Amino acid sequence: MSAGVLLETQGLLKQFGEFRAVDQVDFRVREGEVLALIGSNGAGKTTLVNLISGLLRADAGRIIFRGQDVTAQSVHERIGAGIARSFQLVNLFDQLSALDNVALAIFSRHGKTRKLWTLAESDRPVWQEAMEILHLFRLESKARVLAGGLSQGERKLLDVAIAYALRPKLLFLDEPTSGVGTREKAPIMDTISSIVRSEHISAAIIEHDMDVVFSYADRIVAMHQGTILADGTPDEIRRDERVLTTLIGTPEASA
Amino acid sequence: MSTATATVALEHRSPLRVLGWAVPLLGVLLVLPFVVDQYQTILLAYGLIMGIAALGFNLLLGYTGLLSFGHSAYFGVGAYSVALMVKYLGVTSMELFLAGAIVACVLVTAVFGVACVRYTRIFFGILTMALSQVLWSLAFKFFWVTGGTDGLRVPTPTLLGVVTGKGDKIAFLATAYYYYVLGVFVVCAVIMWIIVSSPFGRALQAIRDNEVRAEFVGIRIRHYRWVAFLVSGVFTGVAGALWVPLNGLTTPDIMHWTFSGEIVFMTVLGGFRSFTGPIIGAIVFNYLKTYAVGYTVYWQLLLGVVLVVLVLSLPTGIVGTAERLWARWRAK
Repeated sequence: MSAGVLLETQGLLKQFGEFRAVDQVDFRVREGEVLALIGSNGAGKTTLVNLISGLLRADAGRIIFRGQDVTAQSVHERIGAGIARSFQLVNLFDQLSALDNVALAIFSRHGKTRKLWTLAESDRPVWQEAMEILHLFRLESKARVLAGGLSQGERKLLDVAIAYALRPKLLFLDEPTSGVGTREKAPIMDTISSIVRSEHISAAIIEHDMDVVFSYADRIVAMHQGTILADGTPDEIRRDERVLTTLIGTPEASA
Repeated sequence: MSTATATVALEHRSPLRVLGWAVPLLGVLLVLPFVVDQYQTILLAYGLIMGIAALGFNLLLGYTGLLSFGHSAYFGVGAYSVALMVKYLGVTSMELFLAGAIVACVLVTAVFGVACVRYTRIFFGILTMALSQVLWSLAFKFFWVTGGTDGLRVPTPTLLGVVTGKGDKIAFLATAYYYYVLGVFVVCAVIMWIIVSSPFGRALQAIRDNEVRAEFVGIRIRHYRWVAFLVSGVFTGVAGALWVPLNGLTTPDIMHWTFSGEIVFMTVLGGFRSFTGPIIGAIVFNYLKTYAVGYTVYWQLLLGVVLVVLVLSLPTGIVGTAERLWARWRAK
């Protein structure tokens, strides 16, 4: 394995009946890069992320993270190793406050959720850290609001904040700006990208919005029918004929 | 800046704020035997005992999001382990009764839990109910051990190794035993309050709200559900152990699924979304049932009507509704 590779999949395969959602994919994420996964609906992007994060089990192939084979590991073990993710359809603890949502991830990271005999409220360092994370994601004014009562954009950010609170080395973001207004997309992406870049977290972002993809990603991986169609810098992808015809349609449509 | 905000936020959430109403309430419960007659005191002791059972039950329903329909089993294990300790070992110490009941409940819930926490929702409910019915049929059929429908008698126990119920049994139950029950109740309530306020309790609430996400913050959901199941069952078992000496007799009825239904009823009545709801619900239910039984032979019909009205008009239970009214009154 070459230096600087954080995650590598080898021949990763996932079938749903006859349909090969992810078909022998060799995929890599390098240390510290922001990578975009693009492709039409059903291209296998989310399935790939589900396989790597442990939501789904691979039918064949291997997943190697920081030199360790994690293919057989549980979700819990992968998170411990440093793989975290957010969700396309926002997945929060709706009856807990925004602060509690983030604090829970911190408690979990420290292994403190096993404790029955301490009061969560009295663990000041955890609440301090949770507040700082909310501040980082510009959600501190919403700390006391139940997650179920936040706006869609705030929910998207909180979802990422929870994953970030696990202090991952690799963060998967499944459509962090889907379902929010066009004007809200850039602030969300600016917030997320400044955080991951300043802390050298590798991020793999699934995204449909090509403007977002081209302006925030160092590298783009395009998927089509379960396989990787193209892999390169935004400029290379912009010029790639196959990507243009299969994904973006016509060059005009990408403007 | 974030530091200042965090400090304010933390002060706002002092865990000691509960003492404001818990201490006066405890005072009332302490002087009550001097104010009301023996019958009322004993009735309240029953209510407090059911409160412990409902508190345990609500760790699963309110905090973990699992509706058990088989908590009669753990109540029964608590009660029968006491009765069997009397029958076979000649034990009279209440502390040994409680210890024996806890051990028995840990063993039973540990095994039942492994099977049940693999499922959620209706499947969980049905499985807990089926398992409780197995225990009920054992208590029902193995009459040479359990006395069958005649049940097993339990004499008044020795409290703390000194206080015995020789002589006036009613006076013993209405004073010494009432205070003993109150003591155990307070200990149980404090323990449960710490558990639900702990990081572990937070993890349970997270599982309740969203199990997929809980898994993706690194929580091993089945394991946590199992621990919650265990704690929940043991609390209900402690209630069963306290209940037998008060009742003087244990019969298979308390293992039957209809009794599980009563535990569900009282918790919903009080409100499963709050910590105190199940306690209030248990005490109110106990009065409701006692007087309904005394008033009419159709008491089950009466309780059924109450339940229907309750679910339709007060979905958050007594405590939830009271909190809402209180908030509205304060806002004025």
